[in-house]
Amino acid sequence: MPDLLQVDNLAKRFGGIVATDELSINISEGELHAVIGPNGAGKTTLISQLSGQLVPDSGRIRFDGNDITAVPMHARSALGLARTFQITSLFLDLSVLDNVALAVQARAGHSFRFWRNARREPELREPARAALDRVGLGARTHLPTSALSHGEHRQIELAMALASKPRMLLLDEPMAGLGPEESARMVAMLRELKKELTILLVEHDMEAVFALADRITVLVYGRVIASGKPEDIRNNTQVRDAYLGEQEAVHG
Amino acid sequence: MKGWLNARNVFIAIVLVALTLLPVYAGITGDRFVVTLFTRIIILAIAATSLNLILGYGGMMSFGHAAYLGIGGYAVGIFAHEGIYSGFIQWPVALIMSALFALVIGALSLRTRGVYFIMITLAFAQMAYYVVAGLARYGGDDGLTIYKRSDFAGLVNLSNKTFFYYFCLIVLYACIYIVWRLVNSRFGLVIQGVRSNETRMRAIGFPTYRYRLVCFVIAGTMCGLAGALVANHTDFVSPAMMYWTRSGDLIVMVVLGGMGSLFGPLFGAVALLVLEEVLSGVTEYWQIILGPLLLLVVLFARGGIDGLLGKVRHA
Repeated sequence: MPDLLQVDNLAKRFGGIVATDELSINISEGELHAVIGPNGAGKTTLISQLSGQLVPDSGRIRFDGNDITAVPMHARSALGLARTFQITSLFLDLSVLDNVALAVQARAGHSFRFWRNARREPELREPARAALDRVGLGARTHLPTSALSHGEHRQIELAMALASKPRMLLLDEPMAGLGPEESARMVAMLRELKKELTILLVEHDMEAVFALADRITVLVYGRVIASGKPEDIRNNTQVRDAYLGEQEAVHG
Repeated sequence: MKGWLNARNVFIAIVLVALTLLPVYAGITGDRFVVTLFTRIIILAIAATSLNLILGYGGMMSFGHAAYLGIGGYAVGIFAHEGIYSGFIQWPVALIMSALFALVIGALSLRTRGVYFIMITLAFAQMAYYVVAGLARYGGDDGLTIYKRSDFAGLVNLSNKTFFYYFCLIVLYACIYIVWRLVNSRFGLVIQGVRSNETRMRAIGFPTYRYRLVCFVIAGTMCGLAGALVANHTDFVSPAMMYWTRSGDLIVMVVLGGMGSLFGPLFGAVALLVLEEVLSGVTEYWQIILGPLLLLVVLFARGGIDGLLGKVRHA
């Protein structure tokens, strides 16, 4: 399977802190690749660099064979690289449908259209409704986004990413703050999505990660300490010491 | 149709009908002053409507919006001073100069955020103020009297008070209509998305800067038109009309009426200027009463007058 995303020797520092340390990672077309690691391992920093929100100090990012290291955020999403945010980042004062329709609009050419009522354009509203149906929010489209629960906000995040018709999704802790039932629904949803999309998943919920991932990369202090199939990672002693053991200790 | 008959729409209808019938009332009672006052209110409502486009819908806190009033006004004043009275020359120049000024200020200031944006727009407007105050040929500090109003090849007579009132009213309604179309268009949704969460807008693929800049220029141009009307209304232009306190007045109108509401700026302009008129008749220190009133609006009625009429819902 060809690599859709190739990251070579990526590095990013904030003052004295090394957030990303000569990180290399390859993600094949069609796989769900999870990135795990303890807090402060630089997972969100990695996603921010992949989505273009942060500029790496050095290293190279290639998407579909093209160097996108210097490509700005909005152009990356036009290439088909969509991200969700760990901390819910929505348009809270707009309606649920408006949020998702904006994501559709972003991919529908320029928006210097000044006259026609965009809320009545089927080519924006229909795909947005379809994406909301898909994440199970089809009945809540007209509400102001601020009126919905945290779990529903996570679903909107996902619907927005889907509506932008991406080739690859960068998901930053989609399960964060969800109850067990909502988490299960999210896992089921991601399992459906991975049939169509390449996904990079950053997640703390180990149950979800091991249920979904084709491959897992473990980050500690911005460095890759292991990468491989879920069973290899589960049996990797270094990972157990650095991370999984710690988790079990916490849960135990 | 169900849903149309609510407090907001009834209130809007009353205000629009009252404004439309005002000259009739003035004719019956012989109160000429009220037409003059409301012409001024309507013109400033146009300026506030344009500010609302960037402030209310776009979240751009421009503190230099009165500069366009001055630019539009001086375009009329300077031409008149040089003996060119044709509105077909004066007004397009007023609009173009306002647009260019907005383009330059916007291009520089929209790269900044928050307090810096406020300070830069303020600084540019004050710069324009001092430049105009330095134009000795055109009256400098003292301003410039306009002896003849804009002439549209005899098609309209702006010197007729009642006619001029209706002329301004039609321009106001047209501007509100334009803003309504704009904010519901694709462009308008982008602008509101940026107000709400700019990082997210860029993340989903919008180059936000160019949309904000275009919005800034549209608002500036619309306010330039209000400036041309002010000059024709008062037959006089002076640097004072672009002083920073004027920009503050426009912000107060928008906040008082309701940011990001279509008719809010009109409500705000009527409320502020009528209050000013009434209170200044009571006491010279009318601002002492107005200040706490504004404070109450900000503290307890965030949506301004429009907000008191209930929530707006978009499908």
